Amino acid sequence: MLLLKNGLLVDPSQNICEKMDILIANSKVVELGKDIKASPDIKVIDVNEKIVAPGFIDMHVHLREPGFEHKETILSGCRAAARGGFTGIACMPNTNPVADTEGVIELILARAKRYDLVEVYPIASITKGQEGKELTEFAILHECGAIALSEDGHSVRNSGVMRRALDYAKMLDLLIISHCEDEELAGSGVMHEGLISTQLGLAGIPREVEDIIIDRDIRLAELTKGRIHIAHVSTKSGVELIRAAKKRGVKVTAEVTPHHFSLTDAAVKGYCTNTKVNPPLRTEEDVYALIQGLQDGTIDCIATDHAPHAREEKDVEFDYAPYGISGLETAVPLAWQNLYLAGHLSMLDLVKTFTTTPAKILGIDRGTVQAGKNADITVIDPELTQKVKRETFYSLGKNTPFQDWELTGWPILTIKAGKIVMEKGEVNE
Amino acid sequence: MGIKSKDLISLSDLSVEEMKEIFINAKSMKEIIHREIKKVPTLRGKAIINLFYENSTRTRSSFELAGKYMGADVINISAGTSSVAKGESLRDTAKTIERMGADVVIMRHPASGAHHILAKAINARVINAGDGTHEHPTQALLDMFTMLGHLGTLSGKKIAIIGDVLHSRVARSNILGLNAFGADVWVCAPPTLLPAQVEKLGVKVTWDMKKALEGADVVMVLRIQLERQKKGLFPSTREYAKLYGLNQEKLKLAQDNALVMHPGPMNRGIEITAEVAESSQSVIEEQVTNGVAIRMALLYAMGGGKFNVTA
Repeated sequence: MLLLKNGLLVDPSQNICEKMDILIANSKVVELGKDIKASPDIKVIDVNEKIVAPGFIDMHVHLREPGFEHKETILSGCRAAARGGFTGIACMPNTNPVADTEGVIELILARAKRYDLVEVYPIASITKGQEGKELTEFAILHECGAIALSEDGHSVRNSGVMRRALDYAKMLDLLIISHCEDEELAGSGVMHEGLISTQLGLAGIPREVEDIIIDRDIRLAELTKGRIHIAHVSTKSGVELIRAAKKRGVKVTAEVTPHHFSLTDAAVKGYCTNTKVNPPLRTEEDVYALIQGLQDGTIDCIATDHAPHAREEKDVEFDYAPYGISGLETAVPLAWQNLYLAGHLSMLDLVKTFTTTPAKILGIDRGTVQAGKNADITVIDPELTQKVKRETFYSLGKNTPFQDWELTGWPILTIKAGKIVMEKGEVNE
Repeated sequence: MGIKSKDLISLSDLSVEEMKEIFINAKSMKEIIHREIKKVPTLRGKAIINLFYENSTRTRSSFELAGKYMGADVINISAGTSSVAKGESLRDTAKTIERMGADVVIMRHPASGAHHILAKAINARVINAGDGTHEHPTQALLDMFTMLGHLGTLSGKKIAIIGDVLHSRVARSNILGLNAFGADVWVCAPPTLLPAQVEKLGVKVTWDMKKALEGADVVMVLRIQLERQKKGLFPSTREYAKLYGLNQEKLKLAQDNALVMHPGPMNRGIEITAEVAESSQSVIEEQVTNGVAIRMALLYAMGGGKFNVTA
């Protein structure tokens, strides 16, 4: 048995924000109370002045296995998640082979279960081989454990195929996650199109590359009455499209990444390839709109789009580098500092974007700290200030643009199903 | 004096004073080029490497001769014939070259910003001979040197840059340099060949070649890459020539003695007619000689030696 004593429980699912002890036994929360007495058979952890929250969930992660184990493995990705304060992660299907059949889904689940660090929810592809032509077997994939469907890395180019996917997924109440990118319009673009791309001589990606497909997919969700989740929104205009759609009652949800609300295209000066990400880092105006979107609920949750790459892959000319940022191990302090400490979100609202909301979007019984429920808990030290050091990452992907940033508000304890998987930055296996 | 910055990647690495000093020295260097014995010992014992990841005849031989006239040992490495073709990374190639004792590495590369990798990896000084669609600072220096030779000053002079500004590293470097010297810079191209927010670089923008040419002191014509047409950036070379090709009739809109410039190689009959290219107003061939002189002055200013951080 485990007793978390004297922590500030922040649980948006019950609208609780007060000091509370939590008793855990056999993977479940047993009791919440003001002053639970310890006994010799109980391990007590004093979390005085720490924030105790439901286990954080990241619904957008690339684990790279099978196929790209030099970038990340299920094991290293799970370690990075635990270290980053996450108890659950949903992983994208752009592996090799693509997660388009039961075999791949079951492989991911079986390995994650064997490592027993964090919960892994595999996302299957919408079309076979992510080729944008034939739908995968939604029902069979869902039955064997696929939590949602996505073509992440690409859009489904053919609007007719996307319409049928939304239509068909509806009968299973299965979520479709859309990576919004008009690839022809993006052309050879490698960063946000604007003054800085012009100065750097890098080909630009205008906002419309994203907005056109956000608009299309919202309209298709409206047409089919299906459920759509917009991945990594980066533009002001995209936020506006989603806001308007929600007003009309379209079943649309959206996520934002920590890098999109923490950085602008100015970070690309110097051509550091760790700032090369898709969708690209935008402008101050977009960052402001994304934060506003989080404030008014247009953007529902924060997801990392954790995209690890090997050092030699990023250690090349900007044009040749792959897109992506290794995000699991910096997400929580970035959000804490740039959203909570900056005064944009209340503590309860910030925690909600990482817990209750993603749990609800994915349809999983998580994101709450209640007697009888799974004991998934993240503890944050709101006073801890330290520098980001990629050398300390558990992720194989050291590709972070936040190296040496001094951040406040780090996860210090991750408990998954009653088991301590991370303590003071060290992962326990 | 010399140059404060370790590397010359962008023209913005140089102060106006440093550019002026290069221009003064380039005048003396030009005399050396016209001597019977074209050799001075200034850079004797220095090793200069031309690392070219893109084909180039003009710029590469210009740097090579500049180094040799100054007495340095110069070797050329082309991407097609080296370990680069076998997949070696730029960083590894750079390290290898440095270990062989290079003092200055002159690189041309198709990717914008590639020089930052090189400059960070090695202690030798790096000179940018063109990176992607970013910059080509020595071309801008030789262009400005040429203009100054004829106009005496750049302040208030109308310089019309005509053509594919979107992909032009020559244009980007020239805009930086010309603005620093107070020129009135215009760019003119179809909208599909202009980069986003180009006006924020401090230039006047027009799609109408007549407006760009009216009263211009210098007309700088850019090379149009024929593959841009295949990518759909303009419908045909015929139409491009009609709208943006410089011919004698259009040139009349500029000042009577306006200079005609082109960084080469030219597509005669497309962006410039043969008559204009060979007219008395054309300084295109002089640009080539000035290119060698400017590069000699630059190599001289950069000491040909290792960058001394405490200097």
